[in-house]
Amino acid sequence: MTAVFSIFLLCLLVITAAAVIRTTNLFVAVMLMGIFSLLIAVSFFLLDAADVALTEAAVGAGISTVLFLSALAALTEEERKQAGGRVTALISVSITGLLMAYATLHKPDFGDPSAPAHQHLTPWFMQTTAEQIDIPNVITAILGSFRGYDTLGEVFVVLVAGIGVLFLLSSPRPSSQDKRSSEGLKHYLIPRMIGRLLIPFILLFGLYVQFHGEYGPGGGFQAGALIAASIILYGLLEGQQRALAVLPIKFLRLLMASGALLYAGVGVVGILRGSYFLDYSVLAADPVTAQQVGIILIEAGVGMTVTGVLLSVYHAFVARGKLQ
Amino acid sequence: MILLDLFHYWVFIAILMMGFYTVIAKQNLIKKLLGLSLFQSAVFLLFIGIAKVDGGTTPILHPSISTEIFSNPLPQVLILTAIVVGISTSALGLAIVVRIKEAYGSIEEDQIQSKDESA
Amino acid sequence: MNLALHYPVLQVIIPMLMAPLALLVQHRKLAWLLASVTSLCAFALAIAIAQLVLQGSSYAYPLGGWQAPFGIELRVDSFSAIVLIIVSGASTAALLAGYQSLAQDIEEDRASLFYAAWLLALAGLLGIVVAADAFNIFVFMEIASLASYILVAGSSDRRALPAVFKYLIMGTIGATFYLIGIGLLYIMTGTLNLSDLEVRILAVEDQTPILMAAGFISVGLALKAAIFPLHAWLPNTYSFAPHAVTAFLAACSTKVALYVFLRIDFFVFQRTLSDHAAQFSIYLLPLAVAGILYGSAMAIREPLAKRLFAWSSVAQIGYIVLGVSLVSQAGLSAGILHMFNHALAKGAIFIGIIVLASQCQQLTPTALNGLGRKHPLIGIAFVVAGLSLVGIPGTAGFVSKWLLIDAILEHHRWSIALLMVVLASSLMAVVYLAKVCETLFFKTPETTVVQPLPKLAIALLLLVSFANLIFGVAPGLPLELANNAASLLLEHTL
Repeated sequence: MTAVFSIFLLCLLVITAAAVIRTTNLFVAVMLMGIFSLLIAVSFFLLDAADVALTEAAVGAGISTVLFLSALAALTEEERKQAGGRVTALISVSITGLLMAYATLHKPDFGDPSAPAHQHLTPWFMQTTAEQIDIPNVITAILGSFRGYDTLGEVFVVLVAGIGVLFLLSSPRPSSQDKRSSEGLKHYLIPRMIGRLLIPFILLFGLYVQFHGEYGPGGGFQAGALIAASIILYGLLEGQQRALAVLPIKFLRLLMASGALLYAGVGVVGILRGSYFLDYSVLAADPVTAQQVGIILIEAGVGMTVTGVLLSVYHAFVARGKLQ
Repeated sequence: MILLDLFHYWVFIAILMMGFYTVIAKQNLIKKLLGLSLFQSAVFLLFIGIAKVDGGTTPILHPSISTEIFSNPLPQVLILTAIVVGISTSALGLAIVVRIKEAYGSIEEDQIQSKDESA
Repeated sequence: MNLALHYPVLQVIIPMLMAPLALLVQHRKLAWLLASVTSLCAFALAIAIAQLVLQGSSYAYPLGGWQAPFGIELRVDSFSAIVLIIVSGASTAALLAGYQSLAQDIEEDRASLFYAAWLLALAGLLGIVVAADAFNIFVFMEIASLASYILVAGSSDRRALPAVFKYLIMGTIGATFYLIGIGLLYIMTGTLNLSDLEVRILAVEDQTPILMAAGFISVGLALKAAIFPLHAWLPNTYSFAPHAVTAFLAACSTKVALYVFLRIDFFVFQRTLSDHAAQFSIYLLPLAVAGILYGSAMAIREPLAKRLFAWSSVAQIGYIVLGVSLVSQAGLSAGILHMFNHALAKGAIFIGIIVLASQCQQLTPTALNGLGRKHPLIGIAFVVAGLSLVGIPGTAGFVSKWLLIDAILEHHRWSIALLMVVLASSLMAVVYLAKVCETLFFKTPETTVVQPLPKLAIALLLLVSFANLIFGVAPGLPLELANNAASLLLEHTL
């Protein structure tokens, strides 16, 4: 049954992707891309990747769509029809495709539990998570501790993107335009009432995902995206100014910097306590508790930076407004 | 199950190629960014496909789960990172497109080029 | 606490930690000072690491205390040490020289964001160099790339924006190709650690997916390294970026991608893929030759001085690739030494551009007319750097070019043809340098605005040009590192 559903879903994915490419209305293309993300998130879930599915749904379908739409507000909606000149593209694409298909003929059966990919490191991760970190979610253990340095890098990727968008969109405008501040949906009663009802639940769910990441799917990234989403929803309903009153730009900048500093700082404590960078086991007397403390701290840092960056980026796009 | 596995792989290739084509062939900068997202999503699908183990379940250890087989957690962790990298790239790309529109009044690659050449 | 043990990680996290701080400093001069001092610290650390490495210590640093291949590992050897010096040195010189020049491009309220991005670009590049884990390299590559897009987009020239968009698209495609390669490797071996990969790949029976992985990784990294014919993003990006950013990126960013390319190719693939060394030559050698000739030819045709030197970068990358594609001790050490020497020469040239650009409003083809005659000291320092680029005896560029010719003659079937290529391209370099010299010295100056000369930038220009002469006479440390690095890479071939 799941297999049939999977195949159905994968076909839908290809169809949606084709629709994204074919449509000439950019607004439609962006919405279809959101649907694509949601479908691929379901596929991930069927493939046992609950954490990835949650992230893709929150980041890909949610935040990404909002960013594209708020950028589209400053751009044109229609794609100009283009003619010809696609032969080289088709050729290079087909070559790559054929090469990939050629490689399939030789790849081992992924699903086989005895495939090398599943036998080399995975048993160690499972066992060590149980023994030395003692949290149920192996994903969180790998993300936070075994490969914590990658995650540190990831936080800085987010930070860099935030810095970049703020830098690019704070340049002086070429011509004099009046600053547009969005009115939101103040005059639309129904979306406003429903939205208001939703916000506390999204926020609560965000906090749950933040602090429950060690037990179930979730963690700082997903939580940051959800919390940011609830504030963005508030901004959409009540206007940008009200959202800025809740969390002003200065505070957001502080939030994104201090989250990254918190994460790296926890790592430095490892060095100061005579061990290695990002070694959490020296944070408390009992190494197992210390690992858990470390993971909670760095997840908090992740959540702070992601929330700060996503909100500042959103505000930057909205403030840039429509060009006249 | 092997068929489903292969089907996954083909879908990965199809989406990868569609994204790649969009990035190369389309003149519209927003379309290019969307193509880039498709391109990256395909790679996510590849990795998550690798991680799936037949008869396995989500890698969350719990006393109530009796099964011994879990899907491979490592590729999933890598993709969590890659998803975040993807959205960061898109956000930065969008900001550049907004600036291009302000500077050139267009988001079509050929029009931008001709404006620079005539200037 | 043994601090030396932590050098590899400190090298990365010091600039990384300073970036959020720079973000919070809302003051141009303070942010610049913070970035410069941090960059200088990184440079000092890189030299300290190089000395330790030369004394024979090799670093393997397990992050979080988790041993590889389970955790992520950092590794530093002579090859990484020389690239660390290039990156941190280029960043320091460009920052110190670039203050006034950057102040013209970037408004006060955006300056702290810019310098934070600069520090993250530095941290990302350094992080790639010390990483010994295939996926970790990807993460830091993204930090470095996203940060460099920001730096390039800092230019006040609107043409920088389409250039940076192209750079972003091609950079992301390159990184995604690399990621596909990593995925294929992981399917076949189940590991991400580079030294673990080298061992486990031997046990793989069917090598076809490994070959595919090698292809994807090589193409991805070649895009980032701007190896001909994947150089399309480079000329516009370098010519429209702020001058100081060009000085930084031109000196080191493609070299870091080349470094990863070599490291993965030699450490992971060389031992397993049959006849890999021969294949490596067959694919790379023609590309190197084509790149050298094409880049030089385009440079000769180019009227704009800054863009001319960007094209010359395409040719110079060709020299490095030519050296390493010989897969011999002499060839590799020539290629690696040329990374250092080219960084030195190009760094000096673009710092020279910073100084010269301060004397005119816009870098039009005629803007530099007669500036060399007006400020002879600057003109001469600029020419010295140019001569090093050409490879005139007595300059740093000569040492690596001589080694390269030596390596070609040593044992290669087409040695005469390759020799002709090197000589021809050197002549072409003389031609395009002469073109710039003519503009600088023999044309009547336009009525340029008289602006105060940026003293720090001039000091840096003199210093780096002088370094070109010093390393031309006594190549010492870089040569030793390059030789060690070459034998290190060769150890991993069959």
